Amino acid sequence: MRDTLTSLRYRYWPDHLLGEILSKRWTETAIPVILLLIIGLALSRSIDNFLSPASLADTARQAGEIGFIALGLALVVIVGGIDLSVGSIFALTDFCALYLLDVLGWPVPAVVAATLLCGALLGAVNGVLIGYLRLRAFITTLITLIIYRSAYDLLIQRYSNAIASAFPDIPSWDFIGGGSVFGIPTVALVYIVIAIFGHIFLTRLRPGWHITAIGGSRRSAYNSGIPVRRTIALCYVASGLLTSVAALFFASRLGTVGGDIGVGLEVIVLTATVLGGITLGGGKGSVAKSAVGVLIVLLITNGLTTMNARGGVNRMALAGILLVAAMVDIRWQKNRTRIISKVYVAPTYHALPPPPPTEIGQGGPFEQNDKLRHVESIGLGRIEAPEDVILDRHDNLYAGSRHGDIMRFLAPDYQKMEVFAHIGGQPLGMAFDREDNLYVCIGGMGLYRITPDGTVEKATDETNRSMRSVNDDSRLRLADDLDITDDGLIFFSEATVRYEMDEWPIDGLEARGNGRIISYDTKTGVTRTELRGLKFPNGICVASDGQSILFAETFGCSIKRYWFAGAKKGRVEVVMDNLPGYPDNINLASDGNYWLALVGMRSPSLDLAWKMPGFRRRMGKRVPVDEWLFPNINTGCVVKFNEQGRILESFWDLHGENHPMITSMREHRGYLYLGGILNNRIGRYKLDNADPNFVQYDKRWGKLS
Amino acid sequence: MKRIRFNQQEIVFAVFALLFLLFSIFLRGFLSSDNMLTLLQNVSVLGILGLAMAIVVIGRGIDISLIAALAVPPGLVLQMVQNGHSLPASLLTAVLLTVAFGLVNGWLIAYAEVPSLFATLATGLLLAGLGQAALFQLDVVQWSPGMDGFERLGQGTILGIPTSIVMFAIACIVVAFLLRQTRWGAYIYAIGDNPYAARVTGIPSRPIIVLQYVVAALIGCFAGLVMAASVNSMPTRIFNSTLIYDVILVVVLGGIGLSGGRGGVLNIVIGTLLIGTMLNGMTIMDISYAGQNLIKGVVLLLAVITDSFLNPRNEETAQQGDI
Repeated sequence: MRDTLTSLRYRYWPDHLLGEILSKRWTETAIPVILLLIIGLALSRSIDNFLSPASLADTARQAGEIGFIALGLALVVIVGGIDLSVGSIFALTDFCALYLLDVLGWPVPAVVAATLLCGALLGAVNGVLIGYLRLRAFITTLITLIIYRSAYDLLIQRYSNAIASAFPDIPSWDFIGGGSVFGIPTVALVYIVIAIFGHIFLTRLRPGWHITAIGGSRRSAYNSGIPVRRTIALCYVASGLLTSVAALFFASRLGTVGGDIGVGLEVIVLTATVLGGITLGGGKGSVAKSAVGVLIVLLITNGLTTMNARGGVNRMALAGILLVAAMVDIRWQKNRTRIISKVYVAPTYHALPPPPPTEIGQGGPFEQNDKLRHVESIGLGRIEAPEDVILDRHDNLYAGSRHGDIMRFLAPDYQKMEVFAHIGGQPLGMAFDREDNLYVCIGGMGLYRITPDGTVEKATDETNRSMRSVNDDSRLRLADDLDITDDGLIFFSEATVRYEMDEWPIDGLEARGNGRIISYDTKTGVTRTELRGLKFPNGICVASDGQSILFAETFGCSIKRYWFAGAKKGRVEVVMDNLPGYPDNINLASDGNYWLALVGMRSPSLDLAWKMPGFRRRMGKRVPVDEWLFPNINTGCVVKFNEQGRILESFWDLHGENHPMITSMREHRGYLYLGGILNNRIGRYKLDNADPNFVQYDKRWGKLS
Repeated sequence: MKRIRFNQQEIVFAVFALLFLLFSIFLRGFLSSDNMLTLLQNVSVLGILGLAMAIVVIGRGIDISLIAALAVPPGLVLQMVQNGHSLPASLLTAVLLTVAFGLVNGWLIAYAEVPSLFATLATGLLLAGLGQAALFQLDVVQWSPGMDGFERLGQGTILGIPTSIVMFAIACIVVAFLLRQTRWGAYIYAIGDNPYAARVTGIPSRPIIVLQYVVAALIGCFAGLVMAASVNSMPTRIFNSTLIYDVILVVVLGGIGLSGGRGGVLNIVIGTLLIGTMLNGMTIMDISYAGQNLIKGVVLLLAVITDSFLNPRNEETAQQGDI
């Protein structure tokens, strides 16, 4: 009863989603958004007419103006700098627009163009100093803040009267400042357009990526050939330009050149930027964050003003928010990975019946013996981590190695070892196709093809993204084993979509169906996910009927059959379950049966722990990784089973020295070759009563050897 | 490297001498003894602030909030005395406020790891806002009879030398002693030179950094007291002025690189003299406030550019986000 409840709770409650959601970048935007909603709600309750259309339109006008400046600052902050001179640029460009319009009487389009140019030039001064001369952004923009401000002060001393006495009556100018389209103020509309473009620019276009890359690591960006100095300089130009856009709207709305215009603006914009979650120091940030930050700051300052707070309170509130936001942001960036790794592991309920006996004297098909004690060793101490082994028709032996190579041992004595191909990722399962190309699953990379002359080609490294998955599961994380059907369809397993290859034990700790089986069509190049929710799918072998594949679920301790053609197409059937160990690769035997490697044996403790998800979650949080209960993969065996799922024979190494750890085996001309992912050797075992001419893939493709 | 540093000091001193010479020749009344005393008196507060900034900059930080420390605690003293509290109690409160403020700054920078520019920018606003909102009744806190006797901190002469200059000299000696004769001073140089190496060597960098900001705030408060004593009031709106840029100007022009680990009290003295001469000359030439700011800004910009060439940032230890 209790087990049933636990099983139901873990079956229908998606524990794993929390960690996956937290590891998404957009959760960092979600926090300011929630803050915004809370503040908006609180203010609308305490202040009358806060949400009236007129008040909203007014807020939107201010938000649009500050929003432009915040966009520019966001760019500069993402590229790893800061721009404090925006307030002064705002004042200067405001003056520029009004002077040209009121005093010189230029037409509106020319005024707009000249003002934008003015803003870009003022920004360019910052850009050259910081980008090309590599000055410190903070101190430099602080200085340009003073220079621009004093220039503005000097200018308005001379011209403020002339500007104040002019009342231009130009409809287009008034439309910029006070017009609205469908009730939305012009400025907000233009802001939305530019913000959408900014989002696309930052996330989809090359220059935007360059900006993020430079902010993330200036040196790495430089080393990878990004024009660092130019990009940084252009960010400041953009900041000046966007500030002048804001100034244009401001000038057309109010038409004044007061002494305090733009004073302290940089602090407001900076607070908005940091509050939105754009990381100081660069590399992270988005348009949405900037917009949310602006809205929050605006709501707070407007709320305080409405409630008649003193100027000092306003100042303190801004500074306090800036400090708290900066602190939270810095701590979060520092501890993010740690927090996520604590909640990411989400064990689930996994019950297995007691395993069949393997002890000597107990009988049964798994009864231990000592047949593998004296296997020959190939490449002892010279090869590392041959997960799978395969032989070609000339009897050469191929095996993967930890160093990212496919090694070849030359027949007949297998003494000479050479690098057949270098791939770079760890090679796992292997299979030959009809044209003698070697297909290899590479952990962390995908499915690769090696032609007979040793050329490495990528077959596929992505599949269709499933709509219901939070993690992006289109990339292949841990392609494991494969086989090829007669029609050239390659079925391969991906053991887990939640962890990297070196984290496979954590997937065992979770014991959730995180794996899947994917097909790749060699004719069309299409990759599709066929089956999902498998518990660490591993070995794959096309069955003798040519219409189904057999696959092993390592942590499910079972062998299943999946029909990809014929009458039962699309169905999955259990061939064997409740194995005493964790099944790995499956391969054809010369007598039409199948070889199966058990990479490790089950233990009562882990079996019990699998029924106790809460226990495993606590273990994952409180105990260091190297002291977790791991699936044992130190000792295993090879078994032979038939089409009906009956075990015919088993092979053990009781001594535990020569070949206890087995992930794969391959029969070839009367011998069984053994590979193990933790081994430093390849085993070779002489089979009795085996076909001395059996070459697996020659038989498979109907070739004579 | 040592040669270049020496050169920079020489250059700054030469510029100072040239400027002084030019002003003496072309500006009427510049070389008069009255003007000289005014010049020195005006820059002594700036010089004391420069010393505070020097401590922080040598430790590879910056303290934008110095003006708030200059304005608010001394303003509080005047305000409390005005409200009828005794002078010692008011002074004690102000010192406690200053220490607390320095601790907040230091904690934010050393423990919360907020970049010093941001932390002090925000805390300065916070303290100024606090003064504006809760402490002061008027923007200019007036002198009250209870303060009598205290004005000797900034007015009058000691042995024929104006008191404010003596105060600057005392501050110079104290800071020079702290930086050159104490272990704490040596640690500041180590942290400024390479914070990671300093930490690895076992220097308790975080407490040292906190102490830097506390001492800087205290010196800032001292400068404020001297200023209040010399003008018999505390114009708290000084926070909105560009005084902090003058302070940075003194530090950078004097030859203390913003990348930390270098410089000393002598640099501050030279920087102060140069800035003092410049400001005084501009005032005599009757250049408007905005015009003075413009010129100061340009000079500061040139100084920072020169500094970045003479003391290039150490890319190995420059932190990501160290803007």
